[in-house]
Amino acid sequence: MEQLLEQLASGLANGAIYACVALALVMIYVSTDHLNFAQGEMAMFSTYISWQLMNWGLNFWVAFILAVLASFVLGVIIERVILRPLHNAPVLSVVVVFIGLLAICNSMAGAIWSYLIKEFPSPFPKSTFGFAGVIGPHQLGVVVVTLVVLGLLFLFFRYTPLGLAMRAAAQNPQMARLVGVRVDWMLALGWGLAAAIGAVAGIMVAHIVYLDPNMMSGILLYAFAAALVGGIGNPGGAVVGGFIVGVLENMVAYVGNMIEKTTGVYIIGNGEKLTVALIIVIFVLTVKPAGIFGRVVVKRV
Amino acid sequence: MAALLEVKALKAFYAKTQVLYDLNFEIAEGGITTLLGANGAGKTTTLRALCNMVRTEGTVRFAGKDIAGKPTEEIVRQRIAHVPEGRGTFTTLTVDENLRIAAYTRKDKQAVKVELDRVFSYFPRLKERLAQQAGTLSGGEQQMLAIARALMLKPRLMLLDEPSFGLAPLIVVEIFKILKRINEEEKVSILLVEQNAALALNLADYAYVLETGRVVMADRAEVVKNDENIRKSYLGY
Repeated sequence: MEQLLEQLASGLANGAIYACVALALVMIYVSTDHLNFAQGEMAMFSTYISWQLMNWGLNFWVAFILAVLASFVLGVIIERVILRPLHNAPVLSVVVVFIGLLAICNSMAGAIWSYLIKEFPSPFPKSTFGFAGVIGPHQLGVVVVTLVVLGLLFLFFRYTPLGLAMRAAAQNPQMARLVGVRVDWMLALGWGLAAAIGAVAGIMVAHIVYLDPNMMSGILLYAFAAALVGGIGNPGGAVVGGFIVGVLENMVAYVGNMIEKTTGVYIIGNGEKLTVALIIVIFVLTVKPAGIFGRVVVKRV
Repeated sequence: MAALLEVKALKAFYAKTQVLYDLNFEIAEGGITTLLGANGAGKTTTLRALCNMVRTEGTVRFAGKDIAGKPTEEIVRQRIAHVPEGRGTFTTLTVDENLRIAAYTRKDKQAVKVELDRVFSYFPRLKERLAQQAGTLSGGEQQMLAIARALMLKPRLMLLDEPSFGLAPLIVVEIFKILKRINEEEKVSILLVEQNAALALNLADYAYVLETGRVVMADRAEVVKNDENIRKSYLGY
C-alpha cells in the first residue's frame, strides 16, 4: 500500500512537470496551430541559464526568477525575429524551423556548458515531515510550485484585460484586430509565456533528471502525450493530461512490479513505462480523437 | 455636412485578382450611407478595404487623417467599428468577455462602465445572457452582440456588413430600428452594406450602387428608391 502511494506521489510530481510543458505547447498551438518541437530544448536552455546564475553565486530563487524572466524575453525575441517572417509560410517550413531551433538550442547549450551531466540543486529543505515515506520534499515542492504557476496563469487569462486579449487573438485573429488588439504582439507574448512556463518545468525537473543538454527530450515526449490526451486545443485539458500521463506511467511500473513479485513473471517494469504510457495514449486518441477534454467545436452557420 | 470618410481611387485585390476599380465615395458625418449591389459587386470587399483587411491601393481619409495602408488594429483605434459579415463575435468567449474585449483599446474605464449600461439599454436581452458563450446565442442575439461590441468602441463610424443576413424578418426590423436609434442618439455615422436594398434604402439617407467593383450610381436614398430603372437593373425588386 505504501509503495502504491509512493508511486502515486512521484507520478503526480512528474505529472506536474509534464503539465507545464504540455501547457506551453498548447499555448502556442491554440494561437498558431503549430506544435513547437523546440519547447523542450528551450526549457533546457533556460535551466542552464539558471544554473549559470547560481554558479555565479545567486540564491536559487533569485536565479529561478531571473531565468524565467530571461526565458520570457528570449521567447518573445524568437517569435518576433524568427517566426514573424514565417507567418504565411506553409506548415512544413515552420516545422523545419522548429527542428532547427531544437538543434540550435541543444548544440549551443553543449558548446557553452559542455555535454557533461551536471548535478542540479533542490531548493526545498531536506527535513522529514509527516508524509516523508510517501513523498519526498523535492517532489512535494515541484507539485506546489507548478500548481502556483498554473494558478497564476489561470488568473491572468481569466481576469486581466491582457489575458482576455490574448485569448481573443488566439480564438479569432481577424476579429481581434477589429477590436484593436495588436495580434502580432499577442503571439509574441504567447511565445514568451510558453518559454517562461517551460523554464519553470526545466528548473524544477533538473534536480530529478540531472542537468544535461538532452534532459528534456523524454519529457517533451510525455508532454506531447499529455497535451494530446487532454485535448490539444484545451489548456486546462493539457494540465490534467499531464497529471494523468505522470500517474499512469508510474502505475504501469507499479503493477508490473506487483505481478513480478507475486508470480515471478516479468511482464512490464520501469523500462517499459514510456511504451505502455504511449500505447494508452494511442488508445485514448483512437476512442476520442479530440482528447478527453477536447471539445468537438460546434458552430452555428 | 463635412465628409467623415473620403475614399479616392480605391482599388482592392485578392491575390492578383482586382476586385475594386477606382472607387470614389464619401460618407457624411452623422449620416447613414448604404452600399448596394448584387452578389460579387464588391460591397464586402469595400468594407474590408477600408480596414485594410485586403490588399488595397488608393486614398482613404478619415476625419482628415490618411488611414490607407495602416494596420487594421490601428485603423480600428481611430474609432472605426467594423461588424463583419456573419456575426462578428468571439464564439468561444462569453457575452461579457465579448463586450469587455471590445473596450480593450479604451483607457477611460469609468466611461466604459457607463457605456455598458447604454449598450444594455439598446440590447436588454444581452444582459440576461452575460455568462453565456457567444456561440450558443441565437443568430439574432449574436448579431445584436456584434453591434453591441462595436458600440463599446465608442465609434465615430460603424461599418456594418449585412446585419440582416440569415435572420428572421421580425428580428431584422428590430435590429434596423436599433441602428436608427444608435445613429441618432450616439451620433454614430453608419456605412451599411446590404443585400436587402428596400430595407437599406428606408434606413439610409445616401446610397451608392456598385456593380463589379465600380460605383454605377450615387444619390440620395429617396431618389434611388424611386428610380424604377435602377431598382430593376441593379437592386432586383
